[in-house]
Amino acid sequence: MPKRVISPIRMLGHRVIESLWRMGVAARFFALILMRSGACVRRPHLVIREVFSTGVLSLIIIIVSGMFVGMVLGLQGYDTLQTYGSEEALGVLVALSLVRELGPVVAALLFASRAGSAITAEIGLMRATEQIEAMQMMAVDPIARVVAPRFWGGLISMPLLAAMFSAMGIFGGYLVGVVLIGVDDGSFWSQMQAAVDFGDDILQGVIKSVVFGVAVTTIALFEGFDAPPTAEGVSRATTRTVVTSSLAILALDFILTAVMFRGL
Amino acid sequence: MERTTLDLWVGLFVAAGLAALIFLALKVGNLGDFNNAETYAVEAHFDNIGGLKPRAPVKSAGVVVGRVGTITFDPELFEAVVQLDLDSRYKFPTDSTAAIMTSGLLGEQYIALDAGGEETMLKAGGHLDLTQGAVVLEQLIGQFLFNKNDDGKTDAATPLKGEIK
Repeated sequence: MPKRVISPIRMLGHRVIESLWRMGVAARFFALILMRSGACVRRPHLVIREVFSTGVLSLIIIIVSGMFVGMVLGLQGYDTLQTYGSEEALGVLVALSLVRELGPVVAALLFASRAGSAITAEIGLMRATEQIEAMQMMAVDPIARVVAPRFWGGLISMPLLAAMFSAMGIFGGYLVGVVLIGVDDGSFWSQMQAAVDFGDDILQGVIKSVVFGVAVTTIALFEGFDAPPTAEGVSRATTRTVVTSSLAILALDFILTAVMFRGL
Repeated sequence: MERTTLDLWVGLFVAAGLAALIFLALKVGNLGDFNNAETYAVEAHFDNIGGLKPRAPVKSAGVVVGRVGTITFDPELFEAVVQLDLDSRYKFPTDSTAAIMTSGLLGEQYIALDAGGEETMLKAGGHLDLTQGAVVLEQLIGQFLFNKNDDGKTDAATPLKGEIK
């Protein structure tokens, strides 16, 4: 009887300690990446290659989804604004919602599932096929050679992808609002320019996307490096990357919005 | 993939990303208009600023000639102190009038600057003496009802009022 009571509590304690332990290891891993980033400065081509695989290869999904999100915003926003007779504010609605929230967040979610999962699978497979150990045997530091370039590549790609997402979304909103529905062209842009502030809105969107970039790449790299060296382990780590980084993006977004826009 | 093609793609990607940022800054945001221009600050006291916000436009004859800087409260005069950052290309006489207006029925509030006839021009740190605060909708309605009441008195048409008297 006491065993039946104690064992679930023990399980709970075990889970908590294990997750805390993992978080600590991830934090040390993050510090290790920053400390061993010297090679990226000396050999920038390592980073350029990673910008290609995380950024350039994510371009199509970012551009297409940005367009569609903007077009949907244009349609839905017009529908609501029309009832108040202020269709001209459509530009403000589309631009502010994209630049502040949807651009960084949706781009980061797409980035996590497109580039983050690829990073985890790649590093997990390297681990499973003992390439990491082989590197260590040749006195090549795998963190400096494999992990840090991917971190910096992702960090560079993420804000650029978010900016492109927002720009494409605004273009999509323009297509639907002005070209398709017939909102006045001049007031669409001028009201947008009057309402969107560079420092308050655009720069804070960029800050958000940089933070998301750090979070997603760190989670992806850690999960890959930490994956059990089996086929199942790699597949589980990949899934965990997408789930954890999506949750991290949304939670961080809330915290950043609270701090930056509400001045909490 | 060959190193040169890879470099080309990454270069294109970074250029496109920066172009998107510049597009956001200039075409979507307000970095393009009137941020780098030299300004000089002028102060004005208002009895009521309504919903005026920092960075609201200051317009003269409908043209944006500056922006609202800081808005503070003067604890001695119990008035709002608004700092106007005016474009140094434009000079205004010292007896110019500043009034808080609303663009459209429900639009944002801005400061309308009407040039006066004085010879001397406003300098940095100058003060605008002639001001007109924001029109508060509730006061306007109150005034309207009050006037209506007065009309009723002269007509003596409402029986209820007669009773009260």
